[in-house]
Amino acid sequence: MIRDPKDLKRYNASERANHWVVGISFILLALSGLAFFHPAFFPLTQLFGGPVWTRIVHPYIGVLMAVAFLVIFLRFRHLNRMTAVDREWLAKAKNMVDGNDHDMPEQGKYNGGQKVMFWALALCMLFMTVSGVFIWRAWFGFDITLVRLGAVVHAAVGALMIALIMVHVYAAIWVKGTIRAMWYGTVTRAWAKQHHRAWYRQVTGK
Amino acid sequence: MSMQSQDIIRRSATSSATPPPQVRDHKLEVAKLIDVSTCIGCKGCQVACSEWNDIRDEVGHNHGVYDNPVDLTAKSWTVMRFAEHQDEGGRLQWLIRKDGCMHCADPGCLKSCPSPGAIIQYANGIVDFQSEQCIGCGYCVTGCPFNVPRINQEDKKAYKCTLCSDRVAVGQEPSCVKTCPTGAIQFGSKEDMKLVAEDRVKDLKERGFANAGLYDPQGVGGTHVMYVLHHADRPELYSGLPKDPAISPLVSLWKGVTKPLATLALGAVALGSLFHYVTKGPNEVSKEIEDEIDREDKETNP
Repeated sequence: MIRDPKDLKRYNASERANHWVVGISFILLALSGLAFFHPAFFPLTQLFGGPVWTRIVHPYIGVLMAVAFLVIFLRFRHLNRMTAVDREWLAKAKNMVDGNDHDMPEQGKYNGGQKVMFWALALCMLFMTVSGVFIWRAWFGFDITLVRLGAVVHAAVGALMIALIMVHVYAAIWVKGTIRAMWYGTVTRAWAKQHHRAWYRQVTGK
Repeated sequence: MSMQSQDIIRRSATSSATPPPQVRDHKLEVAKLIDVSTCIGCKGCQVACSEWNDIRDEVGHNHGVYDNPVDLTAKSWTVMRFAEHQDEGGRLQWLIRKDGCMHCADPGCLKSCPSPGAIIQYANGIVDFQSEQCIGCGYCVTGCPFNVPRINQEDKKAYKCTLCSDRVAVGQEPSCVKTCPTGAIQFGSKEDMKLVAEDRVKDLKERGFANAGLYDPQGVGGTHVMYVLHHADRPELYSGLPKDPAISPLVSLWKGVTKPLATLALGAVALGSLFHYVTKGPNEVSKEIEDEIDREDKETNP
């Protein structure tokens, strides 16, 4: 049942499912990865059936995330090209964070911050996938220097990626009316008009 | 079991703020001294090692060289490496080195291991794997500057020389030492072994090996397996024994202070978000815009 037939469709079912495959695999990867990142998180291995199972399953979930992420990347890449308006938005991002978003420039489907997040996560994912292959001893046996480099990059970029996703999730919680776009795909017209006015004009013709 | 030994001075993935039981941390440091110049390459040490430790490696193939097996494996914790070297006078020297775990004072394997207690260091200097805690990630291999630990493909656990920690614990020397027919392998306190080495080095120098010396690399804090080498200035002649081994800077970066700092940073991002929410409040859709849209609806569809 649609609450208001005039709500705007932001994501179709396939895009949402794709996002949740990425999201769930990310959560599992973050929890299992943190377990090996610092001993303080080692007890998280119990969520996966013990430390040995954690070591076994983590890379396979990584493969799932890499594939699902690649699909979502190809889907949304063309909507995330940076423009002059995005740079203007980024220059004023501090006001937005301060809770004062009255004079932000009109944004299309994604604002400058979302686009920066998109490209940063894509870059992180690339680094995580390549470095992860380097240290996946069950299947590969690379030169020791590559393995050491892989271990450093995987740990550092992994931590960065968790921080970025925290910001991503928090932004969705902070901007009210956003999360439903990822649950059932629609947003209200008022939400769109306030946060993504150019996109609002484009889809409503107003 | 080792956990009862109460002389564990370091434990993998364990903060120094929560040390392992170490009431007997005063124990004498031990060392195995391998005098390369008196080794005859009989491989008796390899046999004694698999006999005492009760491990049976697969019978391999002849690779056309004396090295057999050609490399350390999860079931061959020590191997003799044979290198042919031509000295300045054109004479052949057969440099035979018994390879295996060096039991570093600053062990790269222990530093890298993510599993609490899977690698421990005893007060006597022995670095030992606690295989039941091993999770098979191979980080010890990544951390070792001597390329020693091996993952067993059957149980995916890492294995290496224990310096016969079980024998040493009851006052016996390691099995390779016990069996060595020429006395090329000796065992005792590290101080005593240095004295023995000093005599040997002096002797070798008198016999024309001007660069003879003791291999006790300080880059890893010294080791509890030491070599007397005729060419101590060029250890790499001995089948690639590293000249200045140290824990790789990449490993130090990976396992150093950056991880606790990153952990704190992640906590700060999480808490920062929470406090942003409670200080700045949520970003709601403004009532003004909602009313605007309601008005438009009424105008088009009164």
